[in-house]
Amino acid sequence: MGLKQNLHKLKEKYRGTKMAPAFNALHTFLYTPNETTHSGSHVRVVDDLKRTMNTVIMALVPCLIFGIFNAGFQHYAAIDASLRLDPLANFFTWDNFILGAWTVLPLVLISYGVGLAVEFIFAVIKGHEVEEGYLVTGMLVPLIVPIDIPLWMLTVAVIFGVVIGKEVFGGTGMNILNPALTIRAFLFFAYPTWMSGDKVWVHGARDMAGQPDAISGETILGSLAQNQEHAYSIWDSFWGFIPGSVGETSTFLILLGAIFLIYTKIGSWRIMLSAVIGALTMGLIFNGVVNAGWIQEGNSFYGLMSETFWHHLVIGGLAFGIVYMATDPVTGSQTNKGKWYYGFLIGFISVLIRVFNPAYPEGVMLAILLMNVFAPTIDHYVIQGNVKKRMKRLKAKTA
Amino acid sequence: MSKDIKIKKGLTINLKGDAEKTLSSAPRSRTFVIKPADFHLITPKMVIKEGEKFLAGDAIFYSKDNELIKFVSPVSGTLTKIERGAKRVITTLLIEADAQDSFRDFGILNPDSSSAEAIKSRLLESGCWPFIMQRPYAVVANTEQEPRDIFISAFSSAPLANDCDFSLQNKEKELQAAVTALSKLTKGQVHVGVAKDANSPLKGLRDVVVHSVSGPHPAGNVGTQINKIGPVNKGEVVWTIAPQDLVIIGELLLTGKFNAERIIALSGSEVKTPKYYKTKIGSEVSTFLYDSGLNSENIRVISGDVLTGTKISPKGHLGFYSNTVTVIPEGDDYELFGWNKPVFDKISTSRALTFSWLVPNKKYDLDTNTNGEHRNFVVTGSYEEVFPLDMYPLQMLKSCLVQDLDEMEAMGMYEVAPEDFALTEFVCVSKQPHQQIIRNGLDLMFKEIG
Repeated sequence: MGLKQNLHKLKEKYRGTKMAPAFNALHTFLYTPNETTHSGSHVRVVDDLKRTMNTVIMALVPCLIFGIFNAGFQHYAAIDASLRLDPLANFFTWDNFILGAWTVLPLVLISYGVGLAVEFIFAVIKGHEVEEGYLVTGMLVPLIVPIDIPLWMLTVAVIFGVVIGKEVFGGTGMNILNPALTIRAFLFFAYPTWMSGDKVWVHGARDMAGQPDAISGETILGSLAQNQEHAYSIWDSFWGFIPGSVGETSTFLILLGAIFLIYTKIGSWRIMLSAVIGALTMGLIFNGVVNAGWIQEGNSFYGLMSETFWHHLVIGGLAFGIVYMATDPVTGSQTNKGKWYYGFLIGFISVLIRVFNPAYPEGVMLAILLMNVFAPTIDHYVIQGNVKKRMKRLKAKTA
Repeated sequence: MSKDIKIKKGLTINLKGDAEKTLSSAPRSRTFVIKPADFHLITPKMVIKEGEKFLAGDAIFYSKDNELIKFVSPVSGTLTKIERGAKRVITTLLIEADAQDSFRDFGILNPDSSSAEAIKSRLLESGCWPFIMQRPYAVVANTEQEPRDIFISAFSSAPLANDCDFSLQNKEKELQAAVTALSKLTKGQVHVGVAKDANSPLKGLRDVVVHSVSGPHPAGNVGTQINKIGPVNKGEVVWTIAPQDLVIIGELLLTGKFNAERIIALSGSEVKTPKYYKTKIGSEVSTFLYDSGLNSENIRVISGDVLTGTKISPKGHLGFYSNTVTVIPEGDDYELFGWNKPVFDKISTSRALTFSWLVPNKKYDLDTNTNGEHRNFVVTGSYEEVFPLDMYPLQMLKSCLVQDLDEMEAMGMYEVAPEDFALTEFVCVSKQPHQQIIRNGLDLMFKEIG
């Protein structure tokens, strides 16, 4: 009881001051506020934005834990390839965890620390409450960056993403682009030499480059884009024992996350399903082009085009993007019908970019950002359909 | 041409404290109150001065914009006080009631043989006109526009609402007189929506088209029924009347008296023995509130149902249109980790560690806590699940917020009333005041387009 009373007194003390939003953010983290309804509906559902965001974070935690182990595993497996022969036995080890935690947790801390600091500053300056959107963004960011990204780079990108991607529009709910992807896009276009190639995906690969014990960390997509063979089986990709951004490798855990999000009704199944259909469609078209003999072996697009169509869902970050990023309700399509078009085009364009843009073989980031921009247009046309129905009714009456 | 209406989208909210179907008479209230705010957008022009005496049915004030629309006293007595608020707007008219009512006699009017003109002027002079609401804009009906159709919902699907099958029983005569009279005021039909398996006293009426309606709340909202039977187009006007108000209109025609009697449901989890009371419009709720007994002190008394009613004090008075008084616990307390712990005792439309979906028939004891802070609109798709009208609720709310009149008109604002957005407000994760937003939007349209 004591804590509750004391916090209540503090809240009253801060009421109306500049620091009120900052205090309230911490207070409401502990206690749901004593706010009551005044008019309109006198009772409300228990769900609030904190609970909604918290549910997404819960769906992301398995990916983070797996990512920590995988960071260590990829490093040691790059040095000693025999570890890959039995990945399951060599995966959940203390060595992997310690190395992984040492490299991944700083990313998490920077992402949350810097991002929330920016949020708090804006809340205090603008006098609005600290919004929960960043709780999810802050979790997504460390999962979608390469493991060895310098922390200063991440810091700059997070500040850019939160300020330009979100706060200038008015905060959570008002932004046009997915903030986490804005951060990633900033990194990729501001520091292209760092963010691409075959050296950033495995811890230590960059430092050891050129030395006798150099290790390679090419991703599957990178290999395919260069028409090279890769050593990973489709099951490795499915379980996630492959190099890639920190948290996006395990399709299995992403699938579990998707089921959880759909079951809790937090994530849109319409977007997820239609994006999968979109990706499969584009994959089938490319397979058809190869089968028809229009693209021969040796063509620079051959490697990715000839990849069996459904493999696209398992390799790279497509699944992660579809489940956790395309379903962002703020930047996605907001009408149920629009979600079908929006999701389909994300899947479709992702695979398209994969094949035709070997410099950035992962297309899902650009596809989602592109569709973020077009989502309001899609919604506009969906709503026009409803408006036209109303106009037609009126015409039938007056005619 | 009656047809069945099946509502699929919606949410029936099960709350504790349904009124038991027994009827008591509340003791006569000493004071009565008329609140001009009950009549949205109407500016009162007083007829009676402070200290003057009048009969039940005598005009107290009329609408400044339309002298024909009169507002009459529910009882005979003395106007003791005119309370004013900011900008000298009249907030309450306090009436000290006589021990017994003496009624002004308007004379008997047989609706079968009377002309539309006679019926209309009788409704206007007797103060029954304000019972007739119109769409668009959800305000008291304009006297100059003839309605395309008239809609009556014979039941309420809102939580803890008055069960009209019980409270209107044996009122068939009055109901018939009222609907016959109303049917003369329109070239269209009088549509009555009755619950599918209910024994409604409105089921057997003449001069109406009866529709049987089934499905979750808001199936009983008249707005839902209008949308399914004949949506309002631009330029059209429809009227809506609550069934309990038909009884007052019917009695006026049959006896010549304005009898403001109401059978109200006193319900809610904080009432010890929730049941029905016979009382009058504008009477003190304390005349029956303490008769049933209250479970605690920290309560919210609502004149109306929990989704659309008005907050009043326990010493307050029954609103003009209310037929329910609901008492629920006030929720002005903090809850430790209320945002992330599993919740079993509150309603949720998601399954984010909330388990109300497991027991759809469980009755809940909800308080007035918002369960979270006000935020921008974030979540999409959740309103559509509980919104049966053929419209886009989120986009309508946004168009109201940015005051885009063209958008509002195109998306169907002519068809809606704030109450149609009560459920979306209930499920809103961002805790936005939907009904207020829609009300402001309608007011803006009324002002600009009219």
